[in-house]
Amino acid sequence: MDLITVWFVLLAVLWTGYLVLEGFDFGVGMLLPVLEGKGSEVERDDKRRTMLTTIGPHWDGNEVWLLTAGGATFAAFPHWYATMFSGMYLALLLLLVTLILRNMGLEYRHKRTDRLWVRRWDLAIVGGSFIAPFLVGVALTNLVAGLPMTEHTMGTTKYTEFDGSLLSLLTPVALLGGLTVTVLCLAHGAHFLALKTTGEIREQARRIATTAGLVSAVLAVTLFVSLGMQRGTPAAWVVMAVAAVALLAAIAANAKGAEGRAFIGTSATIGLTVVSYFLMLSPNAINGRGDSADLTLAAAASSPMTLTIMTWAAAVFTPIMIGYTLWSYWIFRRRLSVEHLPQRHAVKADVKADAEAEAGAQASAEAH
Amino acid sequence: MDVLDLARWQFAITTVYHFFFVPVTIGLSAIVAWYHSRWIRTRNEDHLRMAKFLGKLFTINFALGLVTGIVQEFQFGMNWSTYSRFVGDIFGAPLALEALLAFFLESTFLGLWIFGWGRIPERLHAATMWIVHIGTLLSAYFILAANSFMQHPVGYRINPVTGRAEMADFWAVLTNPVQLVAFPHVITACYLVGGALVMAVGLHKLRQGTAKGGPSADRRMYRHAARLGAVVVLVAGMGVAISGDLQGKVMTEVQPMKMAAAEALYDTPPAGECAPFSVLTIAGLGGENPKHVIEIPCLLSFLGTGSFDGQVRGIADLEAEYRESFGDGELTQADTYVPPIAMTYWNFRLMMATGFFAMAVGAWVLWATRKDRIPMQRWVFGLIVLTPIATVLGHSFGWIFTEVGRQPWVVFGEMATHTAVSPSVGTADVWTSMLVFTALYGGLAVVEVRLLLDYIRRGAEPFEAPRLVEDDQPLEFSY
Repeated sequence: MDLITVWFVLLAVLWTGYLVLEGFDFGVGMLLPVLEGKGSEVERDDKRRTMLTTIGPHWDGNEVWLLTAGGATFAAFPHWYATMFSGMYLALLLLLVTLILRNMGLEYRHKRTDRLWVRRWDLAIVGGSFIAPFLVGVALTNLVAGLPMTEHTMGTTKYTEFDGSLLSLLTPVALLGGLTVTVLCLAHGAHFLALKTTGEIREQARRIATTAGLVSAVLAVTLFVSLGMQRGTPAAWVVMAVAAVALLAAIAANAKGAEGRAFIGTSATIGLTVVSYFLMLSPNAINGRGDSADLTLAAAASSPMTLTIMTWAAAVFTPIMIGYTLWSYWIFRRRLSVEHLPQRHAVKADVKADAEAEAGAQASAEAH
Repeated sequence: MDVLDLARWQFAITTVYHFFFVPVTIGLSAIVAWYHSRWIRTRNEDHLRMAKFLGKLFTINFALGLVTGIVQEFQFGMNWSTYSRFVGDIFGAPLALEALLAFFLESTFLGLWIFGWGRIPERLHAATMWIVHIGTLLSAYFILAANSFMQHPVGYRINPVTGRAEMADFWAVLTNPVQLVAFPHVITACYLVGGALVMAVGLHKLRQGTAKGGPSADRRMYRHAARLGAVVVLVAGMGVAISGDLQGKVMTEVQPMKMAAAEALYDTPPAGECAPFSVLTIAGLGGENPKHVIEIPCLLSFLGTGSFDGQVRGIADLEAEYRESFGDGELTQADTYVPPIAMTYWNFRLMMATGFFAMAVGAWVLWATRKDRIPMQRWVFGLIVLTPIATVLGHSFGWIFTEVGRQPWVVFGEMATHTAVSPSVGTADVWTSMLVFTALYGGLAVVEVRLLLDYIRRGAEPFEAPRLVEDDQPLEFSY
């Protein structure tokens, strides 16, 4: 295998890692308003906190897969990085804003207990968890389906520059790709919650996973067929078929209560979908739309020396990184329920009332 | 404004803003880790309480450093695609390595530290914060190596076939002479920020506790923090000064124009004469009859070369030379090879002033808190607010000096900034993103500072003996 192929494969690995891992924490974010149930405000907030705690130690590390995919694209295929990121400018801006607000929500939500604060950050978390996977799905599907591009030269290398607008990213198949990734993440997140919680959340998660799984199966098959008709290769068709089978197996496993197998099933579906995308891209980094020029991997790639250095670095440090990531998942392997929250507190109406109550309590304590 | 100006403004805004949080992250993680380890060694309850208290401030700050860092990873491609194409072969590698080696380490081990109370054996738990700190240092190393390449490109060649810069020697990129002095300078300045913050918070809580008659145990704890912070400020401050001095010499060698601009030195002094350093200038930075208020003879020669009679070249000379060597290249031609002088001149001085100011405050705090003294004067509160802010702004001044002083280059001698911008991104696009980022960052700053003040007001939680949580017991920490 030549180094360009090695890095193409490694990028597929990074995108798989990103979507499988952040996929479930996106799913958990989407499920907050669904699985909080119908109890009192305190009960609902406790459930949200429990769900968020299952992803608490992990979501940030999960997101680093995206940053690494971005950095690795820059290092291994500078023209790919340059064309894709400048071409999808406004879409990427929206993704960045969404991720910023969602991350801030995850970090700051629990830092205060007044209602407005919690509500606002919840909105950022839930909204971001829907929008971000949608945008990622749209972006990746566009690379495969094809972007309008024109050819330029630097020295004697030919590279392509995006020449469309935001609207040219919003084709039906790209939107379908975004929707499929979103619902797939939803099902995947439900499997994760069923695996990581006990009690009511677990029961409800399994129920919603079946519905989400079936919807995502319909969407995924439609996506596979429409992308396949356009760009399919025999290998890609086979991988898409296996992806569909894995999804059906996941749905069946969930119905039987085999939570671990269900989670592995949706992980496999996501991973195989990425593989099929990359198969439909190869030998290009970005497919050209219609008569547009393609950006080939060969034209986009870095020099053999850079690729060699990066390959060694990846070979040494990726296993270490995967090692401590697994260790962290092992440390936090326990199932959680609302009973495990250290303090169960009411979401307070506002800070002022809170401060007054505190002052009152202090005054009465002093009076004693 | 055209796309180039807008893209430069956006890069400046997002990067300066990102770098408000970076030094706090680097500096504070070390102090939190130190307190955590100290607790395990000494079993002094104060140390565990401080580790947890400062840990909370750390996570509030880290959140913003993290989210603004995501933008950094992508905006080279978004706004500077021609630059990315031209130097991606060299510049991309440190960025990718930063993500693979540093970001994973920081995020995973910070998750372990935050959620690890009661779940990880205590020595290992304290080690997780040290690992976070190592992650921040690795991250700084790689990104500074990337920046040093822009200041002084080494370890590359221009491939005549592809027209791009290509990696020739990665080790040379990582051990760039600029990098070897920039890294210690930036890192010691980060410890300066961490120290100033802990000193200010400690002193504030100490004064508050004294005024309100808080528990004497708390006062002991905050006094310790204030003094520890002051010591860190002094030691780090000396490191900043020494590394900055070394940096000046490397800069005179590899970027003489920046050094000349730092002093607004237009004409090379005649042979045998040295170059002076002006502490303040009230007029004439444009080159006509400058009015230097205080001028120290030969100091610029010393700063730049290490000897009082060393030669420092002037702007006019260098400009003529650069025009000659670079004026015809497609990527290297520029209207002028002189950076904006006033920006460079003043930021250089402001940077140094903030550092010396913080060190003076650090020394004063040690003096004012000697034995059991507590400085209760009202004006001290001003110092408490000002000092940490000054140290953070010191980083901004330093970076603005470094980056503005590099102009008109994006990569010195190889690529002028105006050739680096994305051709496929329009003015409306960059206006949109710049306004969105500015508004979002502004809003988040307000939220962050309020939250930080809120947590400082609450102070450290009472001591609670740590315990390992059994499987069905409630957690020590959750969202």
